[in-house]
Amino acid sequence: MSGLRRGSVCLGLCLVAALTANAQTDAPSRRSGYHDMGKPLQAMQDDDMANPGMLWVGEGANLWNQRFAAADKSCADCHGAVQSMSGVAARYPAFTAGSDQPVTLEQRINLCRTQNQRADRLADGSRELMALTAVVAHQSRNQPIAPPDDPRLRPFIAAGEALYRLRQGQLNLSCAQCHDDNAGRKLAGVTIPQAHPTGYPIYRLEWQSLGSLKRRLRNCLVGMRAEPYAPDAPEYVQLELFLMDRARGLKLETPGVRP
Amino acid sequence: MPDSRSTTGRRVFLIRAAGAAAALAFARPALATPDSLQAAIKDVVGDAPLREGRLVLELPPLAENGNSVSMTVSMDSPMTEADHVRAIHVLNEKNPQPHVMSARLGPAAGKAQVTTRIKLNDSQKVVAIAETSDGTFWVAEADVIVTLAACVEDMPQ
Amino acid sequence: MSNALINVPRTVRRGEVFQIRTLISHRMETGFRAGTNGQLIPRDIIDRFSCTYNGVEVFSMRLTPAIAANPFIGFHTRATESGTIVLRWTGDNGFSVEETVAIEVV
Ligand code: HEC
Ligand code: HEC
Repeated sequence: MSGLRRGSVCLGLCLVAALTANAQTDAPSRRSGYHDMGKPLQAMQDDDMANPGMLWVGEGANLWNQRFAAADKSCADCHGAVQSMSGVAARYPAFTAGSDQPVTLEQRINLCRTQNQRADRLADGSRELMALTAVVAHQSRNQPIAPPDDPRLRPFIAAGEALYRLRQGQLNLSCAQCHDDNAGRKLAGVTIPQAHPTGYPIYRLEWQSLGSLKRRLRNCLVGMRAEPYAPDAPEYVQLELFLMDRARGLKLETPGVRP
Repeated sequence: MPDSRSTTGRRVFLIRAAGAAAALAFARPALATPDSLQAAIKDVVGDAPLREGRLVLELPPLAENGNSVSMTVSMDSPMTEADHVRAIHVLNEKNPQPHVMSARLGPAAGKAQVTTRIKLNDSQKVVAIAETSDGTFWVAEADVIVTLAACVEDMPQ
Repeated sequence: MSNALINVPRTVRRGEVFQIRTLISHRMETGFRAGTNGQLIPRDIIDRFSCTYNGVEVFSMRLTPAIAANPFIGFHTRATESGTIVLRWTGDNGFSVEETVAIEVV
């Protein structure tokens, strides 16, 4: 991120006042953050030759065929062509064999790394994990988000919703205050999106890199001046589950581009 | 209003309004100033006059993040041996260095157009200069307002 | 891990002017940012790009830290003969990537 801007003035407190004053009740219809971007960034996402996220998709496609460590197996050896992953990203996080908790797509890929390839776990946010996640999720581009109808997920989605509505951090704000009550409004220049996880992993210009939904959530927590959850905290999975459920039916865009 | 930097050191929903004179924490060197922009222009053209009109610099008037701003520079030129664009330079006013890029092209390019993406650390003026085969320099300018992203991280990962 | 995306038409008519677009993985670290420890992160950029068509340079570009990460470069050239287009990116810390694309002129 750009140390370029470290000196900026904090508008946090003004912001709270502005938001409270602006709170509106009519819920806008659901739309991806894509529609809150200007034409130049939409064009960057739409054109595969211009979308830098496609560099990670390309790397992921190479990794998909690479044999690893002890098991000497590539993802392709078990799963076939990467196109077999069509639709998978649209229904994660989910319960999966070998875990008594719902797992995100990244965690599911890491389970295959450690259990099926007998290779090392890929670090959170590592280039390899992002590349594999990108190529898997890219296979669901243009497919509607379709969380599984699994009763075991319900308490986790409910926990996610509670977190979403919880006022927290030094600014005493909830996610809902921005992303439901003030979505579509400008926060001194930036349009507040509805926070639908349609583009993940996204190429975020601010990161100059591809990153996960978890990283995006962490950014909003830092923005609220709340203590971000520990890297492996269940709260991230719960929030992801709630956001995916809330975005049911919206189309995946992976790799999305965001400012 | 308290400035959060002093308490937490974090950047929180820092949305700098266009052109606000926030002190930018570039370590060094000093920011490219309009003076250094003038010097950089002189580096490129010497004392030759700058002409306006044929060179086109396309930049969005408002950039949603200064880390990557799409830019196209083009000039209507037959791109023949006798009449072509030799070089296209791009300079800026407020990045740490005034120079952004220089492209060399010639009749083999067929069309005088370059597209790339640039970093702009603040709202500022960008200047493009084209040098044609007859030794003439053409200039075009654009002003870009840069919005700062919200919900950013404190440190590089 | 370095990786480039290149868009060049497979076949072009003789005399036609066509666009070449390239995207390459590179962090383009400016050298002006401070890291967590307050120290400057050393500059690490691609500083030159070139394109040759059947051995002749048709386009080149000097890049500076003001070029965005994962540089995108688009330019044109005129189709003359079938052959190869070679794209080359070089930069700090010995960075060097070369990609060759075949082109058929009809
Ligand atoms: C040794 C065989 C094997 C290898 C190698 C392997 N997987 Fe798997 N993978 C499986 C099996 C079996 C499942 C189904 C697990 C279950 O639910 O029982 C699975 C499930 C998955 C799923 C979830 C699919 C769904 O429909 O929910 C993803 C995503 C996945 N693998 C990705 C990968 C990736 C990426 C790699 C390479 C890094 C990989 N796998 C390597 C055997 C393998
Ligand atoms: C003060 C307002 C505010 C609060 C509170 C806030 N956010 Fe955000 N959030 C934003 C803004 C503004 C953006 C878009 C940032 C940008 O474009 O630079 C954003 C972006 C997002 C995105 C990315 C959407 C996309 O299109 O990819 C997600 C997801 C998100 N927020 C989730 C959350 C969650 C979950 C919380 C609570 C833990 C939260 N936000 C709290 C303002 C807020």
